Amino acid sequence: MQQKQFLVKENKKIAKNTYQIILLGDCSAIKKSGQFVNIKIEGLFLRRPISVCDAEENRLTLIYKTVGKGTSLLAEAQPGDKFDLLTGLGNGYDTAKSGASPLLVGGGAGVPPLYNLCKRLIAEGKKPTVILGFNAKDEIFYEPEFSALGASVIVTTVDGSYGKKGFVTDAFAETDYTYIYTCGPEPMLKSVYQKAKTSGQFSFEERMGCGFGACMGCSCKTLAGNKRICKEGPVLEKEEILWH
Amino acid sequence: MALTNVTLSGWTLDNPIIPASGTFGYGYEFAELYDINCLGTFSFKGTTKDPRFGNETPRIAETPAGMLNAVGLQNPGVDNVIREELPKLKQCFSKKVIANVSGFSLDEYCYTCEKLDRQEQVGLLEVNISCPNVHGGGMSFGTSPESAAEVTREVKKVTTKPVYIKLSPNVTDIVQIAKACQDAGADGISLINTLLGMKIDLRKRKPLLANTTGGLSGSAIFPVAVRMVWQVYQAVDIPIIGMGGVSSAEDVLEIMMAGATAVQIGAANLTDPYICRDIVTKLPGLLDQYGIHDIKEIIGGAHR
Repeated sequence: MQQKQFLVKENKKIAKNTYQIILLGDCSAIKKSGQFVNIKIEGLFLRRPISVCDAEENRLTLIYKTVGKGTSLLAEAQPGDKFDLLTGLGNGYDTAKSGASPLLVGGGAGVPPLYNLCKRLIAEGKKPTVILGFNAKDEIFYEPEFSALGASVIVTTVDGSYGKKGFVTDAFAETDYTYIYTCGPEPMLKSVYQKAKTSGQFSFEERMGCGFGACMGCSCKTLAGNKRICKEGPVLEKEEILWH
Repeated sequence: MALTNVTLSGWTLDNPIIPASGTFGYGYEFAELYDINCLGTFSFKGTTKDPRFGNETPRIAETPAGMLNAVGLQNPGVDNVIREELPKLKQCFSKKVIANVSGFSLDEYCYTCEKLDRQEQVGLLEVNISCPNVHGGGMSFGTSPESAAEVTREVKKVTTKPVYIKLSPNVTDIVQIAKACQDAGADGISLINTLLGMKIDLRKRKPLLANTTGGLSGSAIFPVAVRMVWQVYQAVDIPIIGMGGVSSAEDVLEIMMAGATAVQIGAANLTDPYICRDIVTKLPGLLDQYGIHDIKEIIGGAHR
């Protein structure tokens, strides 16, 4: 973990209630896909944890949905604004387990961390298939970006306004895969868990206090003992998940 | 340069800065960030007889200038603390530590305190009779002078190190409880624990915290802490460890002037992990700025 200052380069709306912010600063603590940062937002007490969509040496891309006060304030950030971030938080995905053709399944605000993961898997010579699930057409983002990486991309919408109608799991039949990586709302994760034919890694969300393991605010029970979503998570192995 | 050392019941700390229990784990998470030996000491995660998972999530909520938590004393239990956490801590912290203890019965308090009292790394025991997030224990011992005195008396019987009782602000008269603890043999008082609060999720029309209520901390509660330290200082002769929303070196001086001998910093560690180190660094300069040659002169200074 590092505490670093970042400068806003760009902050724009890319879909309904969804924004992409590009921040310039030292990303060296971000080692794995699926890790997150914790942003200090002026006027709020707690930092806001947001998953890393992409991180290069000096350029951090985050995609967030405006769901409350923190993200709504963040949406007002202008180029040149400064933010204090804790970077390199959480365990992240392990790409060593992917096999030759992993399946990446993202739902809504769970899509962003899969972008850097997809990039990394392709760099490792793997052939990922990506399923991106949204409620409706106006919420869709990053389909062309995933395609540009060289992944085969399937988009599902619940209302059928774009791509395949239904949930992400409705697209499973069209795919043949060696491993699953997923991130999204908990009901979606549970459904992916039930339909998955292989092992996999699941990224969870929880309200956090500190984001670095100090407060025990985001603990969860797993078959491998108690874990902190912010520290031993947010990514859990499929075999250790204990649904409640 | 101004002197920053203070003494708690014969134990001299290099400075009065102490990360508060529940915001600093067992120390080693923060030792990855900075050398925690710069601290006066710290108070480790509230420890109980048996391992506890604590409450269901959500356990955390944002509030104006603060936060609610309802962790519910998650900890590995005293035996694991002694077997695993203390040896790990020894690798990164050469000073003695404050052992924070909670329980659900007198026997549990005594069992845990007695075991931790025997640990060479423990400098003093901080007995938490004020956790608002557990049921049938914790705070229920801290809400009447009689039960607070009883816990104090029983723990004193089985321990040799200084015993500080951590008090709840969720009472009608904290002064009566502090006095009862002193009369029962307490060596010092820690105050305040969190204030009981609540938040409702507008979309779900339900309490946001799974535990319904939680403890309010952060800068929002600082004036309450200053007032209670002030009142208790007037009524007791034993040292006070002041806490509650402290988040700057200036706050440290303020709560010491109200009557605290040492100061704990809690919620601020969660939003600014380097805050305790930064306050330790800033303190000597700030003392110079206010013409204070020895920090001990300001303890209770606002009463004189």
